[in-house]
Amino acid sequence: MDYINILIRSIFIENMVFAYFLGMCSYLAVSKKVSTAMGLGLAVVFVLGVTCPANYLIQEYLLKEGALAPVLGEEFAKVDLSFLQFITFIAVIASIVQLVEMVIERFSPALYGALGIFLPLIAVNCAILGGSLFMVQKEYDLAQSVVYGIGSGIGWWIAIIALAAIREKMRYSNVPAPLRGLGITFIITGLMGLAFMSFMGITL
Amino acid sequence: MATETAKSMEATVVKKKSEDLFSKRRRRLVADPLDDSNPITVQVLGICSALAVTAKIAPTLVMATAVMIVVIGSNVIVSLLRNVIPGRIRIIVQLAVVAMLVILVDQVLKAYFYDLAKIVGVYVGLIITNCIIMGRLEAFAMGNKPYDSALDGFGSGLGYAWVILVVAFFRELFGSGTLLDFPVKEMLGLGFIPNNGLMTNPVGAFIIIGIIIWVQRYFNGYVEDH
Repeated sequence: MDYINILIRSIFIENMVFAYFLGMCSYLAVSKKVSTAMGLGLAVVFVLGVTCPANYLIQEYLLKEGALAPVLGEEFAKVDLSFLQFITFIAVIASIVQLVEMVIERFSPALYGALGIFLPLIAVNCAILGGSLFMVQKEYDLAQSVVYGIGSGIGWWIAIIALAAIREKMRYSNVPAPLRGLGITFIITGLMGLAFMSFMGITL
Repeated sequence: MATETAKSMEATVVKKKSEDLFSKRRRRLVADPLDDSNPITVQVLGICSALAVTAKIAPTLVMATAVMIVVIGSNVIVSLLRNVIPGRIRIIVQLAVVAMLVILVDQVLKAYFYDLAKIVGVYVGLIITNCIIMGRLEAFAMGNKPYDSALDGFGSGLGYAWVILVVAFFRELFGSGTLLDFPVKEMLGLGFIPNNGLMTNPVGAFIIIGIIIWVQRYFNGYVEDH
């Protein structure tokens, strides 16, 4: 029950885009076509689902205060490396993204061609690093962090597909010239966020 | 006439030797990102970590300062290292430089401004993935001298700062009726107007930034096709 709760929370209530503004750069840049948005969203779900538990293990067994003590002896019990969080997390994320890129290139050249430049960009997608940082802040355990990673990835995926679909339809509407493109996209995102607010307070 | 051309030639020769500290080109480096190539409203960079802190002005100031320090610092460092960074692994080198600066900023914040650091929270860490910084490193610092890169970073930081400060101004004014926690609304005797809770919500930020972009593009005539 706890896991379903985390899943629902991370997909709808604490949606990466609408509640935390994370991953906005690629969310705005890659949402012109549903098909590319789909691919990028899937990649984000996968990368978040892998990096969250990976970073959990690093935080728990390497960086946390006293985490080094069982391995290196009692004199390390007071060592607190958590200030190195940012740099280790981003290094883990960058290397996992590199790995994912190589795997996709090997097994699905079509998807690789479609994602093109956006795959390496996932490394600097704030949703990925944000997922790991929030996971630490919320003190999840290993299983919970897997669920949280996948859930927030799905939330981001839903958001970008919905926006891409709206933008595809919007090509037929007469938007005021200065508002075209970025401006109207922001306002649509705001309205979508308003819709997502209706999920607030749901617990299972 | 002849003396004039000679003079102007002399001037160009002198200019080549050492460019003026604030020459026209260098002033453009700072001024361009304020409007024509604004990182947020035109290049669509760095929206990720910024908007979440704009519910109040005080944390926004912290965020803007932090981003400015990191973007100037990383631009200078990467520009100094630009000839020794191998092209293949440049992204990870840049990330390491940025992450180091962000850790410094985060530690200073936690040490001296703990209350503000708590509000800004994880978003300081997310400066690492702020696309403005990576974008400037890739597009400018990798190919230019340190001083120019510093100016470029300053300009981009400023362009970013003014947009998020405007967003924060409206969000705090309409959302909480205060400015920098100073009860402006009561002062003006408008206390009977209820606060707009939507503004303290992310939704308000999205709509305000959409309107800012609308107004800015109305005046500078930039039109995007669908």
